[in-house]
Amino acid sequence: MSDIPKADELFKSIDYNPPLTGWMETPVDFSPGHWCYPAKPEKIAYMDKKLPGLWGTPREWVPSEEDWKLPANWKETVVNGFRERLKKFRSLQLFMDICVRCGACADKCHYFIGSGDPKNMPVLRAELMRSVYRGEFTLAGKILSKLTGSRVMEENVLKEWFIYFYQCTQCRRCSLFCPYGIDTAEMTMMARELMHLVGLNTNWIMEPVSNCNITGNHLGIQPHAFKDIVDFMVDDIEEVTGRRVKAPLNEKGHEILFITPSGDVFADPGIYTFMGYLLLFDYLDLDYTLSTYASEGGNFGSFTNNESMKKLNAKMYAEAERLGCKWILGGECGHMWRVIHQYMDTMNGDNQWSGMTTPKSPITGTVFDTAAATKMLHITEFTADLIKHNKLKLDPSRNDHLRVTFHDSCNPARGMGLLEEPRYVLKHVCNNFFEMPPATIREQTFCCAGGSGLNTDEIMEIRLRGGLPRGNALRYVQEKHGVNLMACICAIDRATLIPLADYWAPGVAISGTHELVANALVLEEGEVRTMDMRQEPLPGFEDEDDDWTPPNMEDA
Amino acid sequence: MNALYSLLFVFLLVLIPLFGVDAAHLRTFFGVCIPTTAFIIFVVGFVYKVITWGRSAVPFRIPTTGGQFQSFDPQLFKQNKLDCPQTGAQTFFRMVLEVFAFRSLFRNTAVSLYEGKDYPVVAYKSSKWLWLFAITFHYSFFIIALRHLRLFLEPIPFFVKGLEFVDGLLQIGAPVMYLADVGLVVGVLLLLGRRLVLPRINYISYVSDYFPLFLILAIALSGIYMRYYAKVDIIAIKELTMGLVTFHYVVPETISVSFFVHVFLVSTLMVYFPFSKLMHMPGVFLSPTRNLPNDSRAKHHVNPWNDPNIKAHAYADYEKEFGVPMAEAGLPLDNPENGIPKDKA
Ligand code: SF4
Ligand code: SF4
Repeated sequence: MSDIPKADELFKSIDYNPPLTGWMETPVDFSPGHWCYPAKPEKIAYMDKKLPGLWGTPREWVPSEEDWKLPANWKETVVNGFRERLKKFRSLQLFMDICVRCGACADKCHYFIGSGDPKNMPVLRAELMRSVYRGEFTLAGKILSKLTGSRVMEENVLKEWFIYFYQCTQCRRCSLFCPYGIDTAEMTMMARELMHLVGLNTNWIMEPVSNCNITGNHLGIQPHAFKDIVDFMVDDIEEVTGRRVKAPLNEKGHEILFITPSGDVFADPGIYTFMGYLLLFDYLDLDYTLSTYASEGGNFGSFTNNESMKKLNAKMYAEAERLGCKWILGGECGHMWRVIHQYMDTMNGDNQWSGMTTPKSPITGTVFDTAAATKMLHITEFTADLIKHNKLKLDPSRNDHLRVTFHDSCNPARGMGLLEEPRYVLKHVCNNFFEMPPATIREQTFCCAGGSGLNTDEIMEIRLRGGLPRGNALRYVQEKHGVNLMACICAIDRATLIPLADYWAPGVAISGTHELVANALVLEEGEVRTMDMRQEPLPGFEDEDDDWTPPNMEDA
Repeated sequence: MNALYSLLFVFLLVLIPLFGVDAAHLRTFFGVCIPTTAFIIFVVGFVYKVITWGRSAVPFRIPTTGGQFQSFDPQLFKQNKLDCPQTGAQTFFRMVLEVFAFRSLFRNTAVSLYEGKDYPVVAYKSSKWLWLFAITFHYSFFIIALRHLRLFLEPIPFFVKGLEFVDGLLQIGAPVMYLADVGLVVGVLLLLGRRLVLPRINYISYVSDYFPLFLILAIALSGIYMRYYAKVDIIAIKELTMGLVTFHYVVPETISVSFFVHVFLVSTLMVYFPFSKLMHMPGVFLSPTRNLPNDSRAKHHVNPWNDPNIKAHAYADYEKEFGVPMAEAGLPLDNPENGIPKDKA
């Protein structure tokens, strides 16, 4: 990250005045740092075997080179694919026709706010596609050409798409403010489908997609390794709490199947959240199982095309059937929940086995009619219900060293309307909770700038720029309330918010909500804990004669 | 530049009927043929476009949610019924507010960057200007359009009369000045000004953004000119317009040329309408992110092109591939044979 400017320099470099050249004439910067690496050919080849015809020809290519090695009939493929999708998605057809270019969406996108690049204004991002729509499919556009903002599909147009549609995290913030609800995220999804048809893709999306298909999770963790990791976590939980929890894997005959994004299995700080789930379930003696086959809640297919989204999602129902589970409990993840909430039942409802029932908490008896179709419950709904019924003994003072704020992940916020449940949980497990400014939370929340397959290091500067709105709001509560932890309910957030916070609000750590639940959970009467889930000493709860030094203090 | 082109173009449009009527004496052509044809193009084009939209599928429910959804416990977590509707009625009210109050636009904020005391700050402040300009413009336009019904209906419906009364309440000048006339001109000028002055908005504006504004401005001004200055023969005009709707075409001699200019510009607008962004008018009703209830986790919906052949990667294949290490790790297998290493089998 050496060539990335310091935060205040980067801030000063932002200029909201558009360039002198019109947007169609302004050249696109293809230098490294502006794009994610293209997919390895073998990943494409693998997916092409599973879902033929959607991926173009596997090949090596580099975006900074002149020749992108497009297939000979690329133009036809893209234009025909475009035409087909206009019929398949009213959203696309309508959004192509009705934008009035009022600009209300322009400064709502975190990438525009942090970069000042006019093509990051949602209206212009969509124009990249709309201009082609007008030029290829409408009479007026064909006659009047540039005066009405139309152009035909050409190689440099497609290349421009590649840069800017992989510079949209499909966060939908723009959609909230548009007077017609025009959703640039929806157009980004379509543009990506079209680019995939001719093999314009990124490895950070394609490798997870193919991994999810083969191993069940995006990191490609094989079943035995998955079990090892879970065993480690069980050990760590014992270390912290003295309790050896059960962690059933691939077991048949349980009522509930639990699926969480695999980021929680793999990386800090997600694993602490995973430990939180395990501890909570054991405390409740919940009748559940984990699965290595359906070991990914995140649906990376939704960053490519509908077909892969459906295919990867189908695994959840398939596994519920195989294991005989009645309903599915889902962990903390952003886009996984957008897929579950808005797409899952529509595309895979028919694959549900007959034994599935509307989720009913075995602890409180609450029936969750709101999930009657998908049979899938969000963990914060489940936990909020437990808290409401006083089923958890909590000692929030164990989190007193934390001053907590909450980052609404875009997808649950703007794609579901899940806003209050996580706050309710947090407020019961910690005593110091502070909201960031209203224009940056709840439905107006700002993206972590790493969603939809963009959380890779080769575009770090773009991510940090896009992270400015979130980072700055965080800095605000850090200065004002001494906030030192931002909780969230998304595994991608847990990965991407760390460099973002280090850059824009150094000193703030990131966590999931169930990590804090686990900290506060009192397992038995008079239980004393001296460490939190991260195995760091709990201030105020230390052992009298504890001579243990935290690992990061050893050199001091 | 785009603005200039548009202005020039509207100028030319004004000249056409001026010459056509005065010099070429094409009164019937401009009084009857053009408006009738324009009206037909408008209706056919409008309907065609709406049908095109209607024919493309709405595969998924994708409402943009702007508040708390209906939770398992409505008391504890209060649903925001308007921004996160779950029933048809709630969705209907969301749409009513969207269409009649421009609710989403009302939310608008503006971003600014400044150097704070200790650290740089991104600030958001409410910005209702665009909402105000847009609402002034659209309501004025709407009222004026309704008022024009008096020319096409006999007897004049009570609501048109009522509207005229309210609209002229200030009783300024003679004939009485209508508020909506002022509103329309002011509204268009503000929207135009915004496009010209704000660099970012200017950057995204095409000829097709300026043209309708100039055209509507010209229509408003020609209308105002007729009514307040030229004081055209309104009885004769009504004779003509009633003739249009009853198919008994007459073009009385006493109608002055300013009327033909007005009608020609309106006809241009009608022809232009279905092919342009002005279709946002019907479009707002069809927007899938606004007009659908947020209930897809609770209710089953059907995607007409859902492909039943797409299935998950089969567990059986997964077990075949990873059976050996799975068995070693003590994970249960459906088919124990998968757990036997190849060389031992
Ligand atoms: S807010 Fe909507 S109508 Fe306005 S420019 Fe953006 S997408 Fe277009
Ligand atoms: S969806 Fe988000 S990232 Fe994409 S254009 Fe809209 S605001 Fe920007």
